[in-house]
Amino acid sequence: MAVALILLLVAIGSVLFHLYSPWWWTPIATNWAYIDHTISITFWITGFVFVAVIAFMAYCVFRFHHKEGRRADYNPENKRLEWWLSVGTGVGVAAMLAPGLVVWHQFVTVPADATEVEVMGQQWQWSFRLPGKDGQLGTSDVRNIASDNPMGLNRDDAHGQDDVVIENGDLHLQVGKPVKILLRSVDVLHDFYVPEFRAKMDMVPGVVTYFWINPIRTGTFDVLCAELCGAAHYQMRAKVIIDEEREYHAWLGQQKTFAELSPGNTIVKATYQSGGK
Amino acid sequence: MVDIPYEGIPGIPPAEVPDVELYHPRSWWTRYVFSQDAKVIAVQYALTASAIGLVALVLSWLMRLQLGFPGTFSFIDANQYLQFITMHGMIMVIYLLTALFLGGFGNYLIPLMVGARDMVFPYVNMLSYWVYLLAVLVLASTFFVPGGPTGAGWTLYPPQAILSGTPGQDWGIILMLSSLILFIIGFTMGGLNYVVTVLQARTRGMTLMRLPLTVWGIFTATVMALLAFPALFVASVMLLLDRLLGTSFFMPSLVEMGTLSKYGGGSPLLFQHLFWFFGHPEVYIVALPAFGIVSDLISTHARKNIFGYRMMVWAIVAIGALSFVVWAHHMYVSGMFPQFGYFFATTTLIIAIPTAIKVYNWVLTLWRGDIHLRVPMLFALGFIITFVNGGLTGLFLGNVVVDVPLSDTMFVVAHFHMVMGVAPIMVVLGAIYHWYPKVTGRMLNDALGKFHFWVTFLGAYLIFFPMHYLGLLGVPRRYFELGDAAFIPSSAHSLNAFISVVALTVGFSQLVFLFNLAWSLFKGEAAGGNPWQATTLEWQTPETPPGHGNWGKELPIVYRWAYDYSVPGAEEDFIPQNQPPRATQVVQGAAS
Repeated sequence: MAVALILLLVAIGSVLFHLYSPWWWTPIATNWAYIDHTISITFWITGFVFVAVIAFMAYCVFRFHHKEGRRADYNPENKRLEWWLSVGTGVGVAAMLAPGLVVWHQFVTVPADATEVEVMGQQWQWSFRLPGKDGQLGTSDVRNIASDNPMGLNRDDAHGQDDVVIENGDLHLQVGKPVKILLRSVDVLHDFYVPEFRAKMDMVPGVVTYFWINPIRTGTFDVLCAELCGAAHYQMRAKVIIDEEREYHAWLGQQKTFAELSPGNTIVKATYQSGGK
Repeated sequence: MVDIPYEGIPGIPPAEVPDVELYHPRSWWTRYVFSQDAKVIAVQYALTASAIGLVALVLSWLMRLQLGFPGTFSFIDANQYLQFITMHGMIMVIYLLTALFLGGFGNYLIPLMVGARDMVFPYVNMLSYWVYLLAVLVLASTFFVPGGPTGAGWTLYPPQAILSGTPGQDWGIILMLSSLILFIIGFTMGGLNYVVTVLQARTRGMTLMRLPLTVWGIFTATVMALLAFPALFVASVMLLLDRLLGTSFFMPSLVEMGTLSKYGGGSPLLFQHLFWFFGHPEVYIVALPAFGIVSDLISTHARKNIFGYRMMVWAIVAIGALSFVVWAHHMYVSGMFPQFGYFFATTTLIIAIPTAIKVYNWVLTLWRGDIHLRVPMLFALGFIITFVNGGLTGLFLGNVVVDVPLSDTMFVVAHFHMVMGVAPIMVVLGAIYHWYPKVTGRMLNDALGKFHFWVTFLGAYLIFFPMHYLGLLGVPRRYFELGDAAFIPSSAHSLNAFISVVALTVGFSQLVFLFNLAWSLFKGEAAGGNPWQATTLEWQTPETPPGHGNWGKELPIVYRWAYDYSVPGAEEDFIPQNQPPRATQVVQGAAS
């Protein structure tokens, strides 16, 4: 029976495609392997249901397609069967939801020892900022943005003076150090997206959003924008490089602070260097 | 057979209101153009929706040309690409699917299936179509205004949607929002009609639990749309004010092209909440009519009652209600309050249960049936496969933490096309093959129909199934070009080219369908009144196509549910809803 066979082949073909597909998730670079595991669980459960439903359907088409003299059963409902199917579905759903919520809890709970890094999106480029020696990022406001202050840092905030500001450059992070990535936009929605991180989050003007990661391997990764942000959305790129501790510090030593980049800041800078008093 | 007065049969109440005289058309214009007949309005809705839908189909070819063969077609630039995706999405979701299911199928089937002469407010019903047509014309006009249509993506997220970095910022976005406002006004006029007609104009004996599932699906979807569209309405009005008057409902302080803008104090996330408060129910506004219609296709062509009718009705109602508390699952990575994730993931996955029940009941209806593999049935089977596939990938995206890596990738594109693109279109096509004989009095060509089914079903599956894996790899959506990215292998580009070739093939194969529709109108085999030997009332009309007023002198009286197929002892394998019970017993007596 050709129709039943084709239906069955769709199910089998889908499974084979899944097993042999050369397109699969990128090798992970952070602690979020839990997310990959949850996806795997979901693939198993949904794959089973998919094959079972289509195989059943194909069997029905094969076995009960119209022949001369065939007459259908009259069978309005079967309370017990419907009940069992509902319960079974509920169990399957719970088996996917429960690990998902546990991992979500980890995802939104930033560890206390995470350092902060800021990513700023604007049409159509990325900027980065790291806290200086004081370990704290200075405040910022979109209204402060000027040609010598592209990230809009608050000139009166002493914490901002030693912040490392990276314009049109790449972001470096240290392997094995949990980091809370603060996300900010000055114009439209953007989304800081590194496929190997698994984590992503929109950047919303007027709000600071965040996610956290713990890089587990070194390497160079593409940063893409994942939230449509206008004409050159597809060209909004950067790189993030995960370094060993020594390379990371070597890189950090070469970066310029806000005070160094912003010549109009000399007075405030002097105040800061004298201890911020 | 003894003729029994219906007053003597329990469950048939006496007529509460006298039959009303309809406004009868007096000229060609009032019969075919400014018609108040729901059946004519239905055809007008269907033709307009299909026409603008074909525009959206052509846009999808242009998108696929660019995605499959980047850099080859110099006439597509990045701005146009964004305009194509925006208009494709908006047209398909709202102007095609919503209008076709509710305005098209709703108008045609509700009065016939419930045994009414027409919608209860025929004049408002007519107005509904003309306002819808105006909305479509305003939408189409954006292709011809300076700057072209908006390229903000169909979600129209501010601030981007109304700023100068986005194509169509001049006229496109203003006309888009105006068109949406018009659409909602037009829909509301139609929607009130559908709801009141189902509640108030059912013929005697047609209790709610005897309604065909088609009516249940369209009715519930209409109630949902009446509750959900107002959210889009206010969002559109506020965004229009932000754009035109410089208010800041959704606009915080921001920099526009290097200078500080005049905006300040608004919230972009507020728009997203309003949009998706509409947008998620919208998925089910499209899906529930499809659920209802496909139930009737399966039952009729498997010659078997729909399995678990009562559960099917409650599942429709439960899905409709639940779909109002899941909207923020579209916003897991929007930067909203993170704790929302627990709530919205839970509600979203709970919807899987009533939805799964519907799937089980469809396939259980096939069990021990007498399955006629006619074209409508083939499309119903195609619907089940694509819907199950798309529904199951919804369990990935609904589960908040799984959504984090997959959101904004091609996985999402593949998912929603499978579940609310291909699956409902399978039902639309199956339904056209099923009801075309009633609308025109002629059958569609069977061989062309089967060819159309296999190319469309297998082709659509080949387009969207592999696309999930591009998303799993991390390929982002809404990208004009993927450019250089180390994680994207060259094989992914080959897959994109493959998908584009299949998409163009499936697209062009629709010409076979259009030819069939036109050819069969004149040359198709005469259908008779009830070619599928179906039980529901629309197949029992005295004339085919049904005349104005549907039922001739007497309204039908309903004695049974819509699914008396293969009743043991009955002579035929179907008993129409308006066949009195005593007559069946006589037949049973004769058979035994």
